[in-house]
Amino acid sequence: MTPDDPILSARGLSLSFGDVRALDEVSIDLWPGEVLAIVGESGSGKSTLLRVLAGEARPDAGVVTHRDAAGNDLDVHGMGEPAQRRLARTEWGFVRQDPRDGLRMGVSAGGNVGERLMAVGARHYGDIRAEASRWLERVEIDPNRIDDRPGHFSGGMRQRLQIARTLVTQPRLVFMDEPTGGLDVSVQARLLDLIRGLVSDLGIAVVLVTHDIAAARLLAHRLVVMRHGRVVEEGLTDRVLDDPRHPYTQLLVSSVLAA
Amino acid sequence: MSAAMQAEGYNFAYLDEGTKRMIRRALLKAVAVPGCQIPFGSREMPLPYGWGTGGIQVTASVVGPDDVLKVIDQGADDTTNAVSIRRFFARVAPGLRTTERTAEASIIQTRHRIPELPLREGQVMVYQVPQPEPLFRLEPRRAETRRLHALADYGLMQVKLYEDIARHGRVGSSYDHPVMVGGRYLMSPSPIPSFDNPKMHMSPALQLFGAGRERRLYAVPPYTDVRSLDFEDHPFVPLRANGTCALCGARDTYLDEMVTDDRGGRLFVCSDTDYCGTRQAEAVA
Repeated sequence: MTPDDPILSARGLSLSFGDVRALDEVSIDLWPGEVLAIVGESGSGKSTLLRVLAGEARPDAGVVTHRDAAGNDLDVHGMGEPAQRRLARTEWGFVRQDPRDGLRMGVSAGGNVGERLMAVGARHYGDIRAEASRWLERVEIDPNRIDDRPGHFSGGMRQRLQIARTLVTQPRLVFMDEPTGGLDVSVQARLLDLIRGLVSDLGIAVVLVTHDIAAARLLAHRLVVMRHGRVVEEGLTDRVLDDPRHPYTQLLVSSVLAA
Repeated sequence: MSAAMQAEGYNFAYLDEGTKRMIRRALLKAVAVPGCQIPFGSREMPLPYGWGTGGIQVTASVVGPDDVLKVIDQGADDTTNAVSIRRFFARVAPGLRTTERTAEASIIQTRHRIPELPLREGQVMVYQVPQPEPLFRLEPRRAETRRLHALADYGLMQVKLYEDIARHGRVGSSYDHPVMVGGRYLMSPSPIPSFDNPKMHMSPALQLFGAGRERRLYAVPPYTDVRSLDFEDHPFVPLRANGTCALCGARDTYLDEMVTDDRGGRLFVCSDTDYCGTRQAEAVA
């Protein structure tokens, strides 16, 4: 595999909900180790695009191709559910906006982190626990809280726990849907810092959906701007944000509050 | 034993032949795919759900006039449920003999226990199952648990065992501890004590499971691999009260604890009444 091969590429994705065209001929490439942010206003189709890329929703037209660790090109919507699930718990990860959707709230923090390990066949309790504890520390959660349930955690801790749970099997590609949504500003900043550190340490490719331009600037290498289900502008983050060309992008950038 | 009053007007073993055929078809499928839950059209039976309607329907479908039936409840032949089911079959199945001896029985319907005496080829164990779905406390959606079984996606069950160790320091529940059948299907062994789980592994007897309310059948054919779930560093350990049977002196059987008075007096006795009685008779002789 050469760095020139995208890890994920989408061609001509279209999806309509009745008369609403949520996706209109969207094509995207993502290279290994790259962080791609999808920005746009509410209803622009960015979350739908993420769901289609991750195989959770089926497009009306278009293909999504994933290149796996062995270098095989896989059709994400044509591989069948068993293969999709295997992919989802090995090479992929998904960080939800609401940690309650991504965590098992009735299971301890250690169990949450260990679930993916056990799903891929880990059967040594001591090893699983040690790995879970290492990951809790890595996301700045006190390892002494390994047996606490996420219900006793703050919002920021839950989100960090969800990140630990997702990254524990060292996925190559992670989808993130508004990972900092609903958190207060200082917690957001620390979380963004944490994500940035982990992503660059592990060399993970990330598709990040956000409406927060500041978060996109901090994390993303490349930016895709969506509006009405179409990609209106695409390019390196700094280029798009410093020199927006499409009128909508100009509006978006100019509407960011200066701190 | 079988001198009980015969009931008039019923087909042999109560169920009509069409129903028996339907259940046998489901049983064949269950035997062909060990551990897989097969839906069947459960009938209303003349006893309430939870008292063994599933087990009774399975027994009624496989029993013949030459069979010898034993029914146990918590290992005992003389408890209400066991007595009433045994009497029921004696009344509706002319020619059928009933017994309390494990060695003599060709069909053993059970709730909660597997007899202590090793089973032999040709015997059929029929289990009464309240909840056939081993994942039901973990995943409430039935459509989703079926998908998990289809994909053999059992990480969730392992998470539950992880939680048990994290909280209680040991693997497993004292009863209904989940097993993997033939390396493929996760199965609830019905509420037998985990002490009995190892008896299912490579058993020479055919094991049939019926859940009447949940309308599911499943089976473990003879000589099938049945493994209790565990961790490498926390292996499955069958639980047993640390005591000796006060009646027969057995140290290797599953024991019930009996309260004998209101001053804290208590003693242990074998839960398998036939096994205990046989040992006492041998000791006298």
